[in-house]
Amino acid sequence: MSLVRSRLRPARSRPARSLGEYLRPQEPIPRPAYLGILLASTLALLGAWGVATYGGLVQPLFLPSPSAIVRAGAEMVRDGSLLQHASASVSVIVTGWALAVVVGVPVGILMGTFKAVEALVEPVVDFVRYLPVSALIPLLILYIGIGTAEKIAVIFIGTFFQLVLLVADVAAHVPREQLEVSYTLGASRAQVLGRVLLPATLPGVMDTLRITMGWAWTYLVVAELVSADRGLGYLILNSMRGLFTDRIFVGLVTIGVLGLGFDLGFKWLHRRLLPWSPKA
Amino acid sequence: MVAQGLSPSPPVPGSGVAAVKLSVRGVTVTFRGRRGQEVTALDRLSLDVAEREIVSIVGPSGCGKSTLLRLVAGLVRPTEGEIWLDGRRVTGPGADRGMVFQSYTLFPWLTVEGNVEFGPRIRGLPDAYCREVAQRYIQMVGLAGFERAYPKELSGGMMQRVAIARALANDPELLLMDEPFGALDAQTRAFMQELLLDLWQKTAKTILFVTHDIDEALFLGDRVYVMTARPGRIREELRLRLPRPRTWEVTTSEEFAAVKRRVLGIIREEAARAMGASAGGPR
Repeated sequence: MSLVRSRLRPARSRPARSLGEYLRPQEPIPRPAYLGILLASTLALLGAWGVATYGGLVQPLFLPSPSAIVRAGAEMVRDGSLLQHASASVSVIVTGWALAVVVGVPVGILMGTFKAVEALVEPVVDFVRYLPVSALIPLLILYIGIGTAEKIAVIFIGTFFQLVLLVADVAAHVPREQLEVSYTLGASRAQVLGRVLLPATLPGVMDTLRITMGWAWTYLVVAELVSADRGLGYLILNSMRGLFTDRIFVGLVTIGVLGLGFDLGFKWLHRRLLPWSPKA
Repeated sequence: MVAQGLSPSPPVPGSGVAAVKLSVRGVTVTFRGRRGQEVTALDRLSLDVAEREIVSIVGPSGCGKSTLLRLVAGLVRPTEGEIWLDGRRVTGPGADRGMVFQSYTLFPWLTVEGNVEFGPRIRGLPDAYCREVAQRYIQMVGLAGFERAYPKELSGGMMQRVAIARALANDPELLLMDEPFGALDAQTRAFMQELLLDLWQKTAKTILFVTHDIDEALFLGDRVYVMTARPGRIREELRLRLPRPRTWEVTTSEEFAAVKRRVLGIIREEAARAMGASAGGPR
């Protein structure tokens, strides 16, 4: 709704006479003004960063200059270490997240669809999802050691319980009339589940996959806290020990870029796979 | 085709008139509220619908009109009483009773064609037949050329036309309509009412139509049942002696005005009674 409205503007808009005109609640502002503010904000941030670093106001130890970070990044690309760290992290995240999806989506759909399953699963899920993942690491080490499996388990636990609840919510909000109308069209219970309820959850499930992938990235450093020897989280921790601040920033930027890439990828997939979805 | 949700046996009860299509006999529906209290939605309600008839049901808000329709659809079980269709007792939902809801219930992942042929397809009928049936009803509701469109590309009125085509594609014995035009604007609504009458002329279906729009009920119906406030009962049954095929002109006739005055009077009375009851007693 708001998207539609924001595109509709009076054809002839007067130039703003005061800043107050740009601060009316929910009212659109002219596109050039929007882009101008966007650009000004970005430039101000970069400018402040440049002045602080090149001007010698902040020690490179705390905040390296943009060029120092680019240099460090280029060096790490050249020697292959950045790719190694990135691929190690991506494989841990994707594996942990994929396991959570494979188990969590069916459980979530069953939980949202059948009250009996909800009663069965809810106590566990609601309890565990409030436990911080970091607090479970000692137990995980005790149970499965300190290898890659432990890191995957951290990502799994971090995303699984949230994912189940989100998917359950999606399934529970499939319009009841849609199921009822299917019965009146002659569908059996199994057909209603497989041919109506399941496809009806797809856009919501797709959104949930995208959101939980974002959360998986936020657990990365926690996962690589213990006895890692590669990965972006490890890169950041290890660079801190050697006071290589520029490398810390390279790690952060890489995480941000990869996260953004995954997000855009999911949005693209949503449009490609579910062209009928109202969200596509 | 053998209808689902109908058990065979006993003879047509009641009136003995061969033309009775649907017979609702002494039906009571009691729900258990959130705090365990019992709420009676329908109270010993009876009505008959004849073959090829359009019967409208009106009543004050919350009188159980929708519950009555869902009961006939087999989506709700009666606490007491029975429902008979073509001499067979209704025990659950089935393809012989198509339903159109007020909310948009099209399947968004299917095209217009996919939606309309959903019923025949799910019953395992051959591809060629499904496509032919879909084509026929899409044309009948005036949506030829939109076969490949997804619901999100359609207007509200178009979506409801698809929903009607989808229900008709099963060739049901009875068409149940639960305020199907309630969410549409006035002009679209008027257009849809005439379209429905046109479809009725062509398909010779029996229609049970629930609405809170009295003009709509009278314009469409051969008979109108007026319900009481909750617990819902039939307060009055009115027959409309208006010619068929009808056009909007019938709404300006004396017969129309007289019946409308009568129905309005009852509904105002019932609505006032409902307000009084809810203001006085605990909810």
